[in-house]
Amino acid sequence: MAVTSAEQFPAQEQFRPRLSIRKVYGTVFTAIGLVAILVGLGMLAWLLLDTLVTGLPWLDWQFLTGFDSRFPARAGAKAAIYGTAYMMFFTIVVALPLGVMSAIYLEEYARDGKVKSFIQINIANLAAVPSIIYGLLGLQVFVRWMELGRSVLAGSLTMALLILPIIVVATQEALRAVPPSIRDASYGVGATRWETVRHHVLPYALPGILTGNILAASRAIGESAPLITIGALTYVPFTPENPLDRFTVLPIQIFNWVSRPQEDFQGVAAAGIIVLLVVLLLMNSVAIFLRQKLQRRF
Amino acid sequence: MAQDVWRGAFPSRGGLGRKRGRRLKEGAIAGLFFAAATVGALTTAGIILSLIGETIAFFRVVSFVEFVTETEWTPLFSVKKFGIWALVSATALTSLIALLVAVPLGLMSAIYLSEFAKPRVRAVLKPALEVLAGVPTVVYGFFALTVMTPFLQRFIDMSLFNALSPGIVMGVMIVPLVASLSEDAMSSVPQSLREGAYGLGATRMEVATRVVVPAALSGIVASVILALSRAVGETMIVAIAAGQNPTFTFDPTVPVMTMTTYIVQVSLGDTPYGSLEYRTLFAVGSTLFVLTFVMNIFSFWFVRRFREVYD
Repeated sequence: MAVTSAEQFPAQEQFRPRLSIRKVYGTVFTAIGLVAILVGLGMLAWLLLDTLVTGLPWLDWQFLTGFDSRFPARAGAKAAIYGTAYMMFFTIVVALPLGVMSAIYLEEYARDGKVKSFIQINIANLAAVPSIIYGLLGLQVFVRWMELGRSVLAGSLTMALLILPIIVVATQEALRAVPPSIRDASYGVGATRWETVRHHVLPYALPGILTGNILAASRAIGESAPLITIGALTYVPFTPENPLDRFTVLPIQIFNWVSRPQEDFQGVAAAGIIVLLVVLLLMNSVAIFLRQKLQRRF
Repeated sequence: MAQDVWRGAFPSRGGLGRKRGRRLKEGAIAGLFFAAATVGALTTAGIILSLIGETIAFFRVVSFVEFVTETEWTPLFSVKKFGIWALVSATALTSLIALLVAVPLGLMSAIYLSEFAKPRVRAVLKPALEVLAGVPTVVYGFFALTVMTPFLQRFIDMSLFNALSPGIVMGVMIVPLVASLSEDAMSSVPQSLREGAYGLGATRMEVATRVVVPAALSGIVASVILALSRAVGETMIVAIAAGQNPTFTFDPTVPVMTMTTYIVQVSLGDTPYGSLEYRTLFAVGSTLFVLTFVMNIFSFWFVRRFREVYD
């Protein structure tokens, strides 16, 4: 007796692929995904356009070379630009060697084990600590205990600790991208560990390390919360002369202008934002250039 | 004996002495690198120590029970009340609004980038989206106060300072965080899983939502928790645009004060070292640190615990 397939597999009759409607769902879904990205990018465009429109009329020579003022037309960012430059100089001087040396230790020296995984977890966690907590650390350790006062140096050390985890992680990635065969070849001809790192690993990893450091520095340039906490000034009619002087930086100056009640100061704040964004854009361009031009692929 | 032969062969160099010098140098350099690597651990210790000392001093004066049960926060008034909930509620409110924006946008962006975008489109859109994470937060604060709030005021009756506008802007800021970590998780789902689903007749969308997303769920959840932790600790956006009124409320249209805003407000004034106001900074800071620390650890743990491992 012949058994029809419908009797054998009753479910088959209920199977309806509905392929066309499922494909429509798929198209709608893809469109939603694209829209989600475009919403994010649209916000970015809106932010940039609005800042340019508000700020450009205020961005002139006087703004770049003058000190802050109670009058919007005379307010300038000189103290903030100098303060940012000073602070970044000391931040990089401290953070770059420390971060690179930490990363070299973790990648080239440390054996897999408890010590290494402890340091590694610790760094991952530090990267996620809110920046304002670093400000409280700086306030207590650098401003109070080490008695540096509310100075450029205290701010730089705080910032250095803040960006240290970023530098370590970026440097580790750069070191990991150097293939082990390079190291083996170096050991093979009798080089010591340091000679291997110094002459063979570091030169190849250098573009990656520099890129990571520039990105970390651009994070520090935009930060303001930890510096407010350690007590960086908001009204500074002078440029810092030595590391123990009080100071302000661009983001704090912008914050101060935004907080003022006069409408015109929104324009001044926007002008400050343009300066800040141009600096960041330049730094990121250098980082991208380094990555594209100098990076060696194995 | 063999050594003597070697020494004879290279008489001009210091032989053993040079070898010892080289070893000493190696050891010194290794020690230096290890010392540098301990700075990270010292930073964590420094954070905990500097928070804990002043926090203990704070709780000698203010009872811990009052701190965690009161809902009024007036440490700068003559009648001082120390109810952390007034600040925690504001932080929770702005952070949840941020998540409501960032999770759908970030997740859909991640799915699109990982599963649908052509490589060339992806190569443009992904870095463009990451730019959002590089914009300084003070710029977002300016945007929230001078653009987003007036824009929202056209549709909603609300005050100049409110939780909604900075919440939305903060959400946009953390979109790249959710998107890039989720996308990493989705990209590491092996191709064979997708092909298996295609073989059973699934469409691209079904593969994305029923195979890739569940397989990458641990990474997605971790990215959302990290984004929440970022929003909780975010300072400048809320300090500029959310207001400075410590009130226990979940109304997104009125001024509120987050934990971070309080720290900024007190830091801007000249609080004498050792005073009770100075110590409130650290009590609030400790609360913030513990909250974000728990979230970060949970996120790391979650990835490791629930990660699907494919060979």
